[in-house]
Amino acid sequence: MNDLTPTPGGGCRSAPVLKQRGQREVFCGLTGIIWLHRKMQDAFFLVVGSRTCAHLLQSAAGVMIFAEPRFGTAILEEQDLAGMKDAHTELDREVARLLDRRPDIRQLFLVGSCPSEVIKIDLARAAERLTQVHAPHVRVLNYSGSGIETTFTEGEDACLASMVPVLKDTPARELLLVGALPDVVEDQMLSLLGQMGIDNIRLLPARRIDETTAVGANTVFALTQPFLGETHAALMRRGARHIPAPMPFGEEGTTAWLRAVAAEFGVDDATFDAVTAAPRARARKAIAQAAEHLNGKSIFFFPDSQLEIPLARFLTRECGMTAVEVGSPYIHDAIHGPDLDLLPAGPQISEGQDVDLQLDRVRAARPDLTVCGLGLANPLEAEGLTTKWAIELVFTPVHFYEQAGDLAGLFSRPIRRKSVLRVEAAE
Amino acid sequence: MKLTVWTYEGPPHVGAMRVATAMKGLHYVLHAPQGDTYADLLFTMIERRNHRPPVSYTTFQARDLGSDTATLFKTACQDAVDRFDPQAIIVGASCTAELIQDDPAGLAETMDLKIPVIALELPSYSRKENFGADETFYQIVRGLAAPQDRSARITCNLLGPTALGFRNRDDVEELTGLLSDLGVDVNVVAPLGATPADIARLPAAHFNVLMYPETGEAAARWLEKTYGQPFTKTVPIGVAATRDFIAEVQAITGLTATADESRLRLPWWSASVDSTYLTGKRVFLFGDGTHVCAMARMARDEMGFEVAGLGCYNREQARAVRAVARDMGVEALITDDYLEVEQAIEALAPEMIMGTQMERHIGKRLGIPCAVISAPVHVQDYPARYSPVMGFEGANVIFDTLVHPLVMGLEEHLLTMFRDDFEFHDAAGPSHHGGHAPVAMSDASGGSISGKMMPDEAPSVAEGSNVIWLSDAERELKKIPFFVRGKARRNTEAFAAQKGLQQISLDTLYEAKAHYAR
Ligand code: SF4
Ligand code: SF4
Repeated sequence: MNDLTPTPGGGCRSAPVLKQRGQREVFCGLTGIIWLHRKMQDAFFLVVGSRTCAHLLQSAAGVMIFAEPRFGTAILEEQDLAGMKDAHTELDREVARLLDRRPDIRQLFLVGSCPSEVIKIDLARAAERLTQVHAPHVRVLNYSGSGIETTFTEGEDACLASMVPVLKDTPARELLLVGALPDVVEDQMLSLLGQMGIDNIRLLPARRIDETTAVGANTVFALTQPFLGETHAALMRRGARHIPAPMPFGEEGTTAWLRAVAAEFGVDDATFDAVTAAPRARARKAIAQAAEHLNGKSIFFFPDSQLEIPLARFLTRECGMTAVEVGSPYIHDAIHGPDLDLLPAGPQISEGQDVDLQLDRVRAARPDLTVCGLGLANPLEAEGLTTKWAIELVFTPVHFYEQAGDLAGLFSRPIRRKSVLRVEAAE
Repeated sequence: MKLTVWTYEGPPHVGAMRVATAMKGLHYVLHAPQGDTYADLLFTMIERRNHRPPVSYTTFQARDLGSDTATLFKTACQDAVDRFDPQAIIVGASCTAELIQDDPAGLAETMDLKIPVIALELPSYSRKENFGADETFYQIVRGLAAPQDRSARITCNLLGPTALGFRNRDDVEELTGLLSDLGVDVNVVAPLGATPADIARLPAAHFNVLMYPETGEAAARWLEKTYGQPFTKTVPIGVAATRDFIAEVQAITGLTATADESRLRLPWWSASVDSTYLTGKRVFLFGDGTHVCAMARMARDEMGFEVAGLGCYNREQARAVRAVARDMGVEALITDDYLEVEQAIEALAPEMIMGTQMERHIGKRLGIPCAVISAPVHVQDYPARYSPVMGFEGANVIFDTLVHPLVMGLEEHLLTMFRDDFEFHDAAGPSHHGGHAPVAMSDASGGSISGKMMPDEAPSVAEGSNVIWLSDAERELKKIPFFVRGKARRNTEAFAAQKGLQQISLDTLYEAKAHYAR
């Protein structure tokens, strides 16, 4: 039985959304490469951009950059801009050299950046041409991770959406699960569904190109990440049908997500309960431990990853927090709607950003915990606010039952830390 | 196009941010796409600053492209001036805005902002971070310095320290103390900690101390030309360089007071018998030109190391680095491609690397100890404790920094003498690296530093050559401590190749040892 308690005040789906435009303090979509290249083990991400793009990747990837990463930047130089050299010839040469050095690469993504978009290098055409040159061993696709078009996790969305048109066709009734998850989480998800008898499952992205993902008119798909708007649209264009559900964060979110999928496949309640009872209990227990420090505390989300709405839902309903403002870079009704329905009315929902105005609001509200990017976290700490930096929520395994306690823990740790430190910062 | 994974330097607008963030009362309005704000985290995380960098980004998006972006820029300018009330602003474009051809300088000029507006032209597709910092600081000085009388007392300016500079914070403190010993007061430190009003006071000083040529040289030259202020040419890193620097200051000022050397410990530490084992340790240096040049002299003359190779990533300093390399009898490596650096290190197989964050990782991969001597560096090299590299305390700091990664002399002997002892076996590694005793990973020779990879009986073929190691020679090689084994293997193979030998026997090993003995 779906035991989601009714939302006091009727949820936030129809709440007025504060939309502001101004300076945005966010990553661009290139950052998605950092986790996507770990997930797709035979893929290489080649950014066509500037030194800024290369510098962004290394700053965001931190130390990971030294683990022979499967990404790089083809840095545009002055001659490329002046048209003295044909950008396409240059690109072909760099790609040939790269593929020569890394014969293990099977999929190559040409990733567009602001500079490549502004000077209109036709990467789609380049991808087609290079696919022909390097087929059948390597498939070359392209998408844009530019800051002018994408915000942070939207880079993954753009990448996955670029794969949809080339997925092979299937007439079978299959479940397609969409969103890059850490392997351990993915395995848990597959095992839970398998125990319910749902096993005709495909994954997007797959770990390797050979594990081919297919799609067709009888495909139903569920999203495991809330930032997949373009991919959602691309799959609909292929005739697949979306199973709307809250995101699988926390015990409640995971159960609601699984239930939506189970209902689609006619799983009976007894089976559902038998499969989920034990992990649900475990998750509840783990959450309760971390929630001790979160109960009654207020929280403020700066926009970053589009995870804000489902996370606010989890923290308010399962950890006893009160949301002051929930900012999201973008809000898609079809995707965020189910979570907004469950989010207790009260918080200001905001889309987009004018960072200075938003900082004014957070200072006025003085929440117990502020979720924000790395550029804001230390400055806000220095003002006496407690912060949780948001990028960790994308890198760390946080979905499904077994991670529910860790997820709550990510939010309680900064609060606990504040309470254990007994030394004041000097001025 | 050039395929890059790692860059030693960011784009030039990051250099401008380093100047803006170093200063107070100055704001930078940067025409840039949303996403370029990532650079804030370099300052808030790596340098752990407790405030946002004073930078407003226009963060334009695709839908703004067209005439809208110019309006966006003006709005951002006006908002920044209204909100932050700066004494002056600098305006410029990041790489993408450079392409859309709005003119930040022209736009800002039409706005009548009532404060000085300094326009930056930073060519993103041909120059890099250090140039960005140098050029920005120069433009600020040019724009704001005001004619005035010299100060009554003898004073100087400290030029070049910025935000995100390697040990800049403590170098400023160390030099201020040193100059005070010499009877010289500091007029203005810039850009670090300076306001636009302070910049206006620069010409009151009698001379300039150019701390970091990478970020302060253009301004120093301009001040020399325009206000007749001489600037110091010696960067006081190392004992000898510090003393040369003192002599230079005395020559400029005519003052005769000397510096307090009572806490300078490097000379005795280095002379003490415990340091004998440092003699002739082969080191490779890489980093920015200034730190590499200064530290190479220290390595040779003050530590007794042998400089096996050196280089820098910033072409602006190539000439100086080449001169030092010539003096050391080695070839200078001028490159910003870390794969080339890795190749050079692999080929030279030094006993220690003095480099940047990247060389630290290269060292880790090759099993060679590394000390960090130059930016770019990660969070751990913005330490909480006082750690200058300039002046006499800087020399003490460097001594410790360079000795620490090396196996201590006594330990080296013990490892050799008791190499078969269970606690001293190879895999145990040096005690102070105990947290990550090497697992079965490759050493510089491609062999195993755990000593367990090759079966004892089977002769093995050396990687990349046709020379075969006979099992007795292989066994003997493994008795050599792991931190010199890579070199021994390499030398022996080179020796065998030179002699046209197909196999390496025990005799070959010892003949090679005798051949290379120094
Ligand atoms: S915002 Fe644009 S220019 Fe900046 S790093 Fe991202 S893609 Fe590159
Ligand atoms: S969190 Fe800190 S240590 Fe980790 S990458 Fe960022 S700055 Fe470096």
